[in-house]
Amino acid sequence: MIFFKAEHLTMNFEGLNAVDDFSLELGEGSLTGLIGPNGAGKTTVFNMITGNLRPDQGKILFGGEDITGLKPHAITRRGIARTFQNIRLFQDLTVLDNVMISYHGRLRSSFVGAVLHTPLYRREEERMREGAAALLNRVRLADLAHERAGGLAYGQQRRLEIARALATGPRLLLLDEPAAGMNPQETQELMNFIVQVKTDFNLTVLLIEHDMRVVMGICQWIKVLDYGAEIAQGTPREIQNDPKVIAAYLGEEAIA
Amino acid sequence: MVKQTRDQILTGLSIIGLFAFLYWAKGSASEYQIRLLNHCAIFITFAASYNLINGFCGQFSLAPNAFAAIGAYTSALLTMSPAEKQISFIIEPLIWPLNVISVPFWVSLLAAGLVTGFFAFLMGFPVFRVRGDYLAIVTLGFGEVVRVVANNLQPITNGPLGLKGLTPYTNLWWSFGAMLFTLFFIWRITHSSFGRAMQAIREDEVAAEAMGVRSFRYKMMAFIASGFFQGVAGGLLAHLITTISPSLFTFFLTFNLLIIVVVGGLGSITGSVISSILFVFGGEALRAVEEPFSIGSLEIPGIPGMRMVIFALILIVVMIFARRGIMGQREFSWQGSIRILKRVRDLNRKRG
Repeated sequence: MIFFKAEHLTMNFEGLNAVDDFSLELGEGSLTGLIGPNGAGKTTVFNMITGNLRPDQGKILFGGEDITGLKPHAITRRGIARTFQNIRLFQDLTVLDNVMISYHGRLRSSFVGAVLHTPLYRREEERMREGAAALLNRVRLADLAHERAGGLAYGQQRRLEIARALATGPRLLLLDEPAAGMNPQETQELMNFIVQVKTDFNLTVLLIEHDMRVVMGICQWIKVLDYGAEIAQGTPREIQNDPKVIAAYLGEEAIA
Repeated sequence: MVKQTRDQILTGLSIIGLFAFLYWAKGSASEYQIRLLNHCAIFITFAASYNLINGFCGQFSLAPNAFAAIGAYTSALLTMSPAEKQISFIIEPLIWPLNVISVPFWVSLLAAGLVTGFFAFLMGFPVFRVRGDYLAIVTLGFGEVVRVVANNLQPITNGPLGLKGLTPYTNLWWSFGAMLFTLFFIWRITHSSFGRAMQAIREDEVAAEAMGVRSFRYKMMAFIASGFFQGVAGGLLAHLITTISPSLFTFFLTFNLLIIVVVGGLGSITGSVISSILFVFGGEALRAVEEPFSIGSLEIPGIPGMRMVIFALILIVVMIFARRGIMGQREFSWQGSIRILKRVRDLNRKRG
């Protein structure tokens, strides 16, 4: 069975072809990079996969099921989690609460159960709390569990966003520019972190990144988008030497 | 665990204390004071449930006047005796079966909550198709629709004449009982995973959806729960003032509640409680400004509505200097109160 497959995705914003006939296949356990100049349509691809946008054309298959056009929460429940390019934490909630929210989709207690504190509700709440605490431990944020998420340092916020995505129990993790705004040392840590988490949680990862050290360093396969269309794909080595990619990033003159 | 037991005991004692006070008030306080206490409890019920949808869930609803109206009319129509109904509905008779029904007060309150909750459910579908400013406008529209319908649906609401001579069932036990139940319910919800999901929606709906929260469902829950309690409060209000008419449920009521929840702190139940008390007693204290008075030889005639000018000014000042209100999103806790008391004691010792 194909783990994940997107076919002929097309997205048009009032005449602008943001994504044009884009296809993508991910093998289970792979780590794929999606790169391209600003405005190439990378985040639009993410938004279509996660249900924030409904593709004009094309189909998305995940775990043998057609998930095209499903609501974001429904897609998350099927095992696709994401982070955002411009961090979107629940700023006024605590670090712990931020992670606990991700367990919500799998909750079985009812509204009334929560008011009456039924045994099922208490058990689930306890399980969520333990799970979230363990994850925070994993991303080295356990000490900050009761701090306001909006008050964390930038790098910590990035890690929290990943922890929050992991708490949804994904099989496919989409990371949108996880290294943005990080210094070289933080970036290095992040790379190790992504690889480690991928192994520990049995994940398949698709990441958008501008930092070429990250992309070339950890991705097994790379797709390059420009003006909404795929211009190249291959291993990091192939991509680095692809004249079309160099042209897209540096302009035609750079090659000539 | 020990602390939890201590807090439960303290809460229990406070509730007993409150009821002891009410018992005393019932015997010793003047009718006017009792009326104010009832007003307090009803406004707390209104404000806390309004805060659930506005403050916790972050959906800027402007519909509480609609909910209060639906609750008030439902409850009033159910408690009036068939004879009273026949006398009141002089222009057009009340339709069957409402004209023959007469139920105990508590049943009417429950019905008021359920009917209002059901209307909230129906309203929720169009309302939650939109967000932010648009949601505010749609709910504002619903508030107006309900008032106009109440004005014109004579066979049910008796039109502009309203319903008069309701039995004053609302006493301290009913109003404070309903208030405590509402506070308990809303406290439990906001401190549960459901409340957490609602707050996540307030903080960032896109992210909440991406984490698997079905935002429509939680917004709907908050709206229905809020509608239920506002319906009950409407029923209590109707049987406190004993006369209801559409003019009682204008946007003005929503505006007052909005001032209360914003000044108290959006997302703080404690804030809503404090702010409701300030609003009711402050409103009474400010009656003075509406009466004629003189500064030296200058005679100033009474200006009706002057109180509202002052309330609006308070709202403006709060918005500029303390945007998060009295409590922000903080809540009362025994631990916090004990800490403050200790600090005061230490301070006194140092001085002494």
